[in-house]
Amino acid sequence: MIYYFMFYLDVGVALLSTHRLIWRDVKNHECCIAMPLSQILLFEEQAAGIGKSAKIVIHLQATPANKEPGPYQHSKYSFIKLSFKEHGQIEFYRRLTEEMTRKRWENTPASQPIPIGTGSQAGRTRAVGIVGIERKIEEKRKETDKNISEAFEDLSKLMVKAKEMVELSRSIANKIKDKQFGLRSYLLSMGIADPVTRETHGSGTHYHMQLAKQLDDMLQAPLEERGGMMALTEVYCLVNRARGMELLSPEDLVNACKMFESLKLPLRLRVFDSGVMVVQLQSHSEEEMIASALDNVSDKGSLTAEEFAKLLGLSVLLSKERLLLAEKMGHLCRDDSVEGLRFYPNLF
Amino acid sequence: MSFEWPWQYSFPPFFTLQPNVDTRQKQLAAWCSLALSYCRHHKLYTLDVMEAQESPVFNNKKIERKLSMEAIQVVFEELRKKGNLDWLDKNKSRCLVMWRRPEEWGKLIHQWVSKIGMVNSVFTLYELSNGDDTEGEEFHGLEDWMLLRSLQALQADGKAEIITMDDGKGVKFF
Repeated sequence: MIYYFMFYLDVGVALLSTHRLIWRDVKNHECCIAMPLSQILLFEEQAAGIGKSAKIVIHLQATPANKEPGPYQHSKYSFIKLSFKEHGQIEFYRRLTEEMTRKRWENTPASQPIPIGTGSQAGRTRAVGIVGIERKIEEKRKETDKNISEAFEDLSKLMVKAKEMVELSRSIANKIKDKQFGLRSYLLSMGIADPVTRETHGSGTHYHMQLAKQLDDMLQAPLEERGGMMALTEVYCLVNRARGMELLSPEDLVNACKMFESLKLPLRLRVFDSGVMVVQLQSHSEEEMIASALDNVSDKGSLTAEEFAKLLGLSVLLSKERLLLAEKMGHLCRDDSVEGLRFYPNLF
Repeated sequence: MSFEWPWQYSFPPFFTLQPNVDTRQKQLAAWCSLALSYCRHHKLYTLDVMEAQESPVFNNKKIERKLSMEAIQVVFEELRKKGNLDWLDKNKSRCLVMWRRPEEWGKLIHQWVSKIGMVNSVFTLYELSNGDDTEGEEFHGLEDWMLLRSLQALQADGKAEIITMDDGKGVKFF
């Protein structure tokens, strides 16, 4: 098709495709004319001047026979001019040059026009893709955040309530004190420590009390065997081995042992200066032990912790503790040399 | 006469610094006493700390025990506190051992001077420490620095006055 324009058409938009040059009326989109690029013979620029806008002049070839009817039947001109009123001439010229060079219409059949003139539009589509994904991730993160905060909201509310409950039970416990043992032990069993109890008996729970009684039963015989004293670590091993299942934690063991005295059980938890903890029979008398230690040492002239342990059937740890205690009391003195640590009767 | 070692010297714990406070006090007292009597016996007036560690005082080869350097320092500090020891240097490597304190010497000297009725006379230091008259006295052979300190102690007490003369020092007793 060849279109010869003698007259100005209204303002429109020039679109360039790989196959065609298209013009569309900016007001009436129905009005649209197209021309195959193959019809272009040559084209040239006309620079803008004063009062003149930039133009592209497109010279066309002779009309082919199968041309469809266009806006005009005849024209004496063999060229058309695209007048760029605002802008775009340079870009359009460049693209037209490109298309005319590549002649893509020769390779692929004409199909729907692909808008390639306005690059920014295509760019926006791409941005939507990545930005969209990012936005989705952000939204999801915010959602998760909100969920977590809401969940913890409930928990902090619960904790506030629990605190109020504890306060309430404490005030009740304070009021009744020793008068009503029943309610107090009930509160204790709920795990809410009674301040009075904590001061006098150590903070205990029903569980620890039961445990303490159990330990008393379990440990009587072993303690007798071992001269009335056992390291807490030995107790831990012994008890847990006996229980088999439902093992005790070290904390529970210590807490139970702390209750011996308040429960009037004949066992005591004792801590040495060195930090070693032992369980000993209440009947165990320290003075007796030290006196006997002194006898042993005097007998042999001097003893090491190992020798003493062997003599008494005690563990080395405990025998050393006893010797150290005797030294502390001034009954023994030490000889520290490359041969090892020996204890002598204090002759000073 | 050979030196008589105290019973502690053969007691191995004697060579270990005792952790029990009361026991340690007794131990240190015994050490001070031993160190001083040893120095007195051998007329030692100065001690070198390094040498001391190998000296029989602090090193009993028979029972294979010796005092650690740390313990020796503790003993020396104890002696210093009692007035029986003076450090010669800042590094505490050499010290003066006064198995008799200056005041004690001063007293002895003054006693002798009174005894021979020479109060108000002037003596030179040499006369006191090396003179024929003082032979047999305990302070005979006393080292100069010790003698001077003793006289200074007397001076502080108002019982003597040190005089500087042309060829040395002298002292007048009151």
